[in-house]
Amino acid sequence: MDSIIELVGVDKVYTVGSVETQVLFGINLSFEKGSCTSIIGTSGSGKSTLMHIMGTLDMPTAGSVVIDGQKVDGLDVNALAALRNQTIGFVFQFHYLLPEFSAMENVLIPCMIKNRKVDRQTLERADKLFEMMGLSPVKHYLVTKMSGGQQQRTAIARALINNPKILLADEPTGNLDSENSDRICNIFRDINQEFGTTFIVVTHDTRVAEHTDRVITIKDGRIESDIRI
Amino acid sequence: MLSFKIALRFLTSNKLQTAFIIFGIAVAISVQIFVGLLIESLQISLVDSTMGNAPHITITSSRDEITIRRWEQTVAQLDRYNFVEAISASANGNAYAKKGSTIKPVLIRGLDFDSADQIYHISEGLYSGRINNTRNEILMGKDLAQDLELKPGDSVTITAPDGSNTTLKVTGLFDLGISSINKTWVVTNRDVAQKMFGYGSRVTSIDITTNNLFYADVFANLFKIMLDDKDIKIENWKQLNESLLRGLEGQRISSAMIQIVIIVSVAIAIASILAITVLQKSRQIGILKAMGIKNRDVAFIFLYQGFLLGIAGALVGVALALGLLQSFISFTTSDAGVPVVDVFIDYFLIVRSWIIAVLAATLAGLVPARNSLRLNPVDVIREG
Repeated sequence: MDSIIELVGVDKVYTVGSVETQVLFGINLSFEKGSCTSIIGTSGSGKSTLMHIMGTLDMPTAGSVVIDGQKVDGLDVNALAALRNQTIGFVFQFHYLLPEFSAMENVLIPCMIKNRKVDRQTLERADKLFEMMGLSPVKHYLVTKMSGGQQQRTAIARALINNPKILLADEPTGNLDSENSDRICNIFRDINQEFGTTFIVVTHDTRVAEHTDRVITIKDGRIESDIRI
Repeated sequence: MLSFKIALRFLTSNKLQTAFIIFGIAVAISVQIFVGLLIESLQISLVDSTMGNAPHITITSSRDEITIRRWEQTVAQLDRYNFVEAISASANGNAYAKKGSTIKPVLIRGLDFDSADQIYHISEGLYSGRINNTRNEILMGKDLAQDLELKPGDSVTITAPDGSNTTLKVTGLFDLGISSINKTWVVTNRDVAQKMFGYGSRVTSIDITTNNLFYADVFANLFKIMLDDKDIKIENWKQLNESLLRGLEGQRISSAMIQIVIIVSVAIAIASILAITVLQKSRQIGILKAMGIKNRDVAFIFLYQGFLLGIAGALVGVALALGLLQSFISFTTSDAGVPVVDVFIDYFLIVRSWIIAVLAATLAGLVPARNSLRLNPVDVIREG
């Protein structure tokens, strides 16, 4: 199967003053289109850094990253922004919704970044996503008026509005109770099956990992295991 | 459009902070407009009181003889220019006025009254009697009439430099608000003066007002070229009032300095406030960047915020300035209902100040816009 993300020999070194800290060591990974993978590891293992590099939010110190056939290093800020906007959706531990806007407006923002306007098809897609998330009754609420679970599901809908090929989720259930966590895992599964979106979920919660087809364990910046279920 | 929408929402989501910023801009802009309008009004009333009853350009003879040759031809030529508002050819001469044992030096002004009145506004200054309509009648300045103890209906003897005496009847008294005129002027028919001083049919001075007294020097130079007459001397008020002009220029520069300082302060204040909002909104900006918004569009969010704050602040500022002016007028109006300063509302100055304020506020948005470019989304996300 074609790979959608490929990392070859990825190192990441953070330099603060004269102190250098290496957090990733020669990571080689490949993710197939439409796959559903979890990356697990303890806090400080380097899993979030790996996700930021796969999401082009951060650049590797060494090695190369290819996303959807496009080599990332060498792309300028605007090209990276366009790549993120059109190919990748993000879900973080904190929802990072814009509190000044309603749930619907937040969901439409990536589309407005892409097309500068919202057409009827996009609105229909947004409605469908809200329905999948069980948020139809509250879609016009200001996000500050929503519960934590609703906010996180709105963030997932926002990540999916541009129909990205990849969805990167970093501890998406980290702030949620078990009921909401299960609900979000099921949503990920449904979306993976319905839209064929490639899912990569970074988590330290093994219950989330159980919902995925492949579990990669990362320890001290190195791949410890890579198991396909 | 997204940048504008976000800018607007950032401003409206924190209404109190936005209201404070708008009020701050408005106060500064209102002071700027108020000071600008007040200084301009002072200038206008100063120029008006100095030049309101005086010609902008005066043509006299440049030769030894005092009278102007071919003056009718010159007047006809000048009359063709559309910027010339009034022309008065007058026969003037120094003489003495005698009443009883009192003798006073006077300036006889032999005028064609209707055209001269457009320049000197004598009829407006007439406070007693009537305008002289016939020969051998005169109007007299207020102070001179007091010195000679004359009132309308009295007669006075005028002695010309050649010693000849003419008895004329006072029909009216005027007060033009300028002491030198009130003390010396005797206004009569041009024919009377021509006869009194032996000028024949000639005049001694052609007085002109134009539609823009500040261009009097330009118009005067144009006349020199177009008339091309070596027998005449053309002077404008600016040559004769250099100290007044220096004063006006000083006022203009100080007004401009005050306005520049205010605008710079407004721009700095907006830039600092918006720079803080970049920090306040760093989470939002970070996530927008993660979602793929381009740096240019992020920069526009802050430019739009500056622009919107500028528009609103300057609008409220204009309203405040007009309110301030109204209060100033009512507080400084005397019991007789005369304001200390005749306030002239220059709409051009208001619109110009408004546009400059909006531009300054928009440009002030460049500082936070630049700061926002440095914001790295991963830093925001890592910090949580």
